[in-house]
Amino acid sequence: MTQKEFLNIVMPFKDKVFRLAKRLLISTEEAEDATQEILLKLWSNKEKIEEYKNVEAFSMTMTKNFCFDKLKSKQSQNLKIVHSNYEDNSTSLQKQVELNDSVNWVSRIIEELPEQQKMVIQLRDIEEYDFDEIAQMLDMNNTAVRVTLSRARKTIREKLTNTHSYGIK
Amino acid sequence: MVLNNIEELLEKYENGETSLKEEQELKNYFSQETVAPHLEIYKPMFAYFLVNQQEQFTKDVPLIPIAIETKKVFNYKWISVAAVAVLMLGVYLKSTINNDLGTIQDPELAFNEVSKSLEMISKNFNKGTSTISYLEEYDKGASTLGYLNEIEKGTSIIFKKNQ
Repeated sequence: MTQKEFLNIVMPFKDKVFRLAKRLLISTEEAEDATQEILLKLWSNKEKIEEYKNVEAFSMTMTKNFCFDKLKSKQSQNLKIVHSNYEDNSTSLQKQVELNDSVNWVSRIIEELPEQQKMVIQLRDIEEYDFDEIAQMLDMNNTAVRVTLSRARKTIREKLTNTHSYGIK
Repeated sequence: MVLNNIEELLEKYENGETSLKEEQELKNYFSQETVAPHLEIYKPMFAYFLVNQQEQFTKDVPLIPIAIETKKVFNYKWISVAAVAVLMLGVYLKSTINNDLGTIQDPELAFNEVSKSLEMISKNFNKGTSTISYLEEYDKGASTLGYLNEIEKGTSIIFKKNQ
């Protein structure tokens, strides 16, 4: 397989890999590194790629596992602040107003969700995969995906309602 | 009527029962400028999803380095092969050099060489034996030790008596 053929296979979903990695690892730099790592892994196994039925789903599963490993090693090293684009709450009021506030809230709310829910939201609402694909990627069954998704969506809505009506953080 | 439809869809959406097409409909609705006031809270959520869809991976992936890396591994393999080849060559060369003992063909010359080397051996041998004469001194010393036997005889008698 030449480099060009490989790129043709990988290009369509490399952004998706990146976004999933970013969803889990939060920091853009970490996500970039993870994506790079995953693409390189695929490249070094390029002979086997043709055997896989669904390279995209396979890569997403790989991304998930890779990010989990990353998070685990971070935890064992006792580094609690994983993200470098960590936001300080005491930034100037001016800046806070400037940020597109409510959209930012959504990102913060999703950040607080359990990992499983984060991934399902990412894969369904942002990447728009169908349930079967998500189930395959996350190694869950179809119903479990639906339940997780429904829980995540409800949590997001509830928290949004709270911040919207009372301004609670 | 449209609003009713959207509300219905939202409920289905929260239960995770919407199809991708229906979700697209919701996204379209919430990307409008004006949304029904009581549905306003959903707007940022769908806006966030749309914004996130645009995010791209821009970093270059260096695919070539891996090719170099595999080449490196390849080289290591051949280095060991080369080492074995050099080793065997060395052994071969050494054995061929050892076979040449420097034999002299002319008998007279050979005789001279042999007598010369034998002479050297005997000279050194004599030198060695001359130093052995010191051993005589040692013998003298040892002979005086003979008196000790006398003492031993005396003590053996004493021990017998004690017994």
